[in-house]
Amino acid sequence: MAKVKGRVSFQEERCKGCELCTIFCPTKIIIIDKNRINAKGYHPATVKEMDKCIGCANCAMICPDIVITVEREMGK
Amino acid sequence: METIFRKTEGLTDALFHYCPGCTHGIIHRIVAETLEELDVLGKAIGVAPVGCGVLAYEYFNCDMYQAAHGRAPAVATGIKRVHPDNIVFTYQGDGDLASIGTAEIVHAAHRGEKITTIFVNNTIYGMTGGQMAPTTLIGQKATTAPYGREVAHAGYPLRIAEMLATIQGAAFVERVAVNTPANIRKAKNAIRKAFETQIKGEGFSIVEVLSTCSTNWGLTPIEALKWLEENMIPYYPLGNFRTPGR
Repeated sequence: MAKVKGRVSFQEERCKGCELCTIFCPTKIIIIDKNRINAKGYHPATVKEMDKCIGCANCAMICPDIVITVEREMGK
Repeated sequence: METIFRKTEGLTDALFHYCPGCTHGIIHRIVAETLEELDVLGKAIGVAPVGCGVLAYEYFNCDMYQAAHGRAPAVATGIKRVHPDNIVFTYQGDGDLASIGTAEIVHAAHRGEKITTIFVNNTIYGMTGGQMAPTTLIGQKATTAPYGREVAHAGYPLRIAEMLATIQGAAFVERVAVNTPANIRKAKNAIRKAFETQIKGEGFSIVEVLSTCSTNWGLTPIEALKWLEENMIPYYPLGNFRTPGR
């Protein structure tokens, strides 16, 4: 398990499904949820395996719509 | 758990109207974060352009004004001279700044106006539907250059940062890109230095930000970032062209 634990939360109603966050996630845990659709009509980005998140904030840095909030906890 | 990234106070809660994957949102965010971090939101006055960025006044959580096409540096000059203690910035695209507004930006720099310009270069007229701009690359297709830009017909793309760097009044000139998280961090650093140049009263400051227009380039947002890296950065090299005291 990674030493640094992170948690990301997505404000899905802001997401436009552009997929930029998915390519810059080093652990490749962000996916576009094709089974759901938000009020703007886009498939939102989401995380399936949150325990793999390292809280690097790359996704939030590249997100053009400020969908993502990032939390981080330093492991022992 | 400690929150290490949240939406900045420098932006309103309004949803951006930009196309999916448009890097305007990233540039708005890093400018707003910089204003918040410098603690100048309460005295910042922005001037929005004509172009896709025209609605920037809905998004920045500070006083905003909206200028006629290309005239943002002239309007910002007036605001700054009347309110010298305020932090004044313009936010302009390449159709606005590098074409119809070239006289305004050159002379604002020439006079050494103590304003900051965020110049978003995506090599095309975005809002009006993808026409050729002065910054459109050789061979790049646009609705008014369906076979690609030809030098014999339209000349070479204009390098604004290099041009303004020859002007003595332009104290801080840097070109950055927002195609990767690392470049976004560097871009934010440059924007911070530009605003600090203004705060110290050292002269005119401009940051040219290489941006994408996936809709008018006919690419996906991911392909557009790659296109920026492979085509724009070789012609528009990143780096600092002028810093006060150097």
